Amino acid sequence: MITLAYIYILVGMFFAAVSLLSLLDASNPRRVFNFLFWGLLATSFLAGAYLGDLGNGVLALGLVIVATIGLGQGKPSTTSPEERRESAMKRGDLLFLPALIIPAVALGGTLIAKETDWGPALIDPAQATLISLILGTLIAVTVGMLWLRPPVIAPLQEARRLLDAVGWAAILPQMLASLGAVFLVAGVGQQVGALFSEYIPGLEDSRTLAVIAYCVGMALFTIIMGNAFAAFPVMTAAVGLPFVVVVLGGDPARVCAIGMLAGFCGTLMTPMAANFNVVPANLLELPDRKAALNGVIRAQIPTAIPLLIANILLMRFLAFPS
Amino acid sequence: MLVLLGIGVVVLGFVLRANPLLVVMAAALTTGLAAAWTPEAEIAVYYAAAISTLAAFGKAFNDSRYVSIVWFVLLAIGLLERAGLQDRARMLIAKVQAATVGRVLWVYFVIRQAAAALGLTSLGGHPQMVRPLVAPMAEGAAEAKFGALPDRERFLIRSHSAAVDNIALFFGEDIFIAIASILLIKGFLEQNGIIVEPLQLSVWAIPTAIAALAIHTIRLWLLDAHLKRRLAAAAPTSEAPEAAQ
Repeated sequence: MITLAYIYILVGMFFAAVSLLSLLDASNPRRVFNFLFWGLLATSFLAGAYLGDLGNGVLALGLVIVATIGLGQGKPSTTSPEERRESAMKRGDLLFLPALIIPAVALGGTLIAKETDWGPALIDPAQATLISLILGTLIAVTVGMLWLRPPVIAPLQEARRLLDAVGWAAILPQMLASLGAVFLVAGVGQQVGALFSEYIPGLEDSRTLAVIAYCVGMALFTIIMGNAFAAFPVMTAAVGLPFVVVVLGGDPARVCAIGMLAGFCGTLMTPMAANFNVVPANLLELPDRKAALNGVIRAQIPTAIPLLIANILLMRFLAFPS
Repeated sequence: MLVLLGIGVVVLGFVLRANPLLVVMAAALTTGLAAAWTPEAEIAVYYAAAISTLAAFGKAFNDSRYVSIVWFVLLAIGLLERAGLQDRARMLIAKVQAATVGRVLWVYFVIRQAAAALGLTSLGGHPQMVRPLVAPMAEGAAEAKFGALPDRERFLIRSHSAAVDNIALFFGEDIFIAIASILLIKGFLEQNGIIVEPLQLSVWAIPTAIAALAIHTIRLWLLDAHLKRRLAAAAPTSEAPEAAQ
């Protein structure tokens, strides 16, 4: 049976290869930091189970320090724009097919592991989707290699190119999930909960009120911070879990899924989300690109607000199954 | 109440644009230290609190490693990009035949949202798609109909082109089971003792995806009506004079 432990070894080797290739890339003046960052992440995947809690904490601290010093961007050799265009002409829409293998296998593998008698012998049903996702990627890469015949190292170098473009942000979601654990230990949820119920009377009695507080809170926090991922652990520990889920009986998966999307409505309305709202204004040479509410944000607000209301209604009517 | 300082650190750190990883670590340590605070505590107490917070963070970091396995997918995506995946997507978009700005943007919205729902978030984006392709196509549709565009409308159309890319991406990607936000939710809930499967989360992104499509369809229809009202009266029937540009 394939379990998550095997997947961690595979993904660990992937990050280790990216780390070593980064070190060999002389075009990146900061290559030592890229080597350290991806190397530490590889260590976490390969040896995290043996490092102990404090050891893992020190490892995470190391990642933070390297990221704060700053990563560079490698320049792996890749195809030229002309070669890509030519290849796209030659291969046509078939190019989309290997990419679609990944979601197909992720979904199929999950169903096999959970719904068939023989599936659990193959894939650990407890982590079926994640395992199937990795298997789907392996199949897609195999198909791609056999069909496209690139150099053997190509998938690793291309992945490194894309990973370097993401940079340290690659581990932000994992770090935020971990912050949620520290909040839990310190009882942040209860404290904020106490504060909220003091100022919003009826929060622990009214599903409607609690849902509005959570969704609007997610959107507002995202507007302030520019990042729904960062707003999520804070607002969910404060309102989502203690009120909407625990006291009022909301289904945690539905509450959180819709709550995150309420945060995305905030992303549409804030200049703090520079990647999404400021960069395109610059690219498109909008005259008001420096304004707090530039053209892009103004085009998005009339969709974001009705959609936030839609999320509130959806959570109110879908997230309380009983 | 002091433990709320950690939340303050998150907010302040993000507002000040400090490195978010640093902000998260600082918020965790602040929370742990604040929980240990008493008026007469000695320095050794804080040292022990910092160490135990770091250990708690490390345990959670190790337990939620699966959140970061999504990047493994880049092996396949990178390989296909090398062979012209994005170029092919551009060719597909360029073939779109639509008579109005709103329809051009609507077709792009649907393709972008569907691709993101299948995990193909890289088939789009402002530098790759919007600037070279979507915005010029939308402007072109307006010019074909109304002649040369006044700046005000030209920039309105460009803004809407960028908006379509963002909205379709945000409210499509969460349907894919292995996107960072879904795994962040899974990781966060697991730290709170609630086990959910990514699939359970992603199906509940579908109603919002439909709502986003419905709302933005109306918006684009209104955009067409607005452009027609604004430009039809002023527009010459055939080519606009060059001087108008």
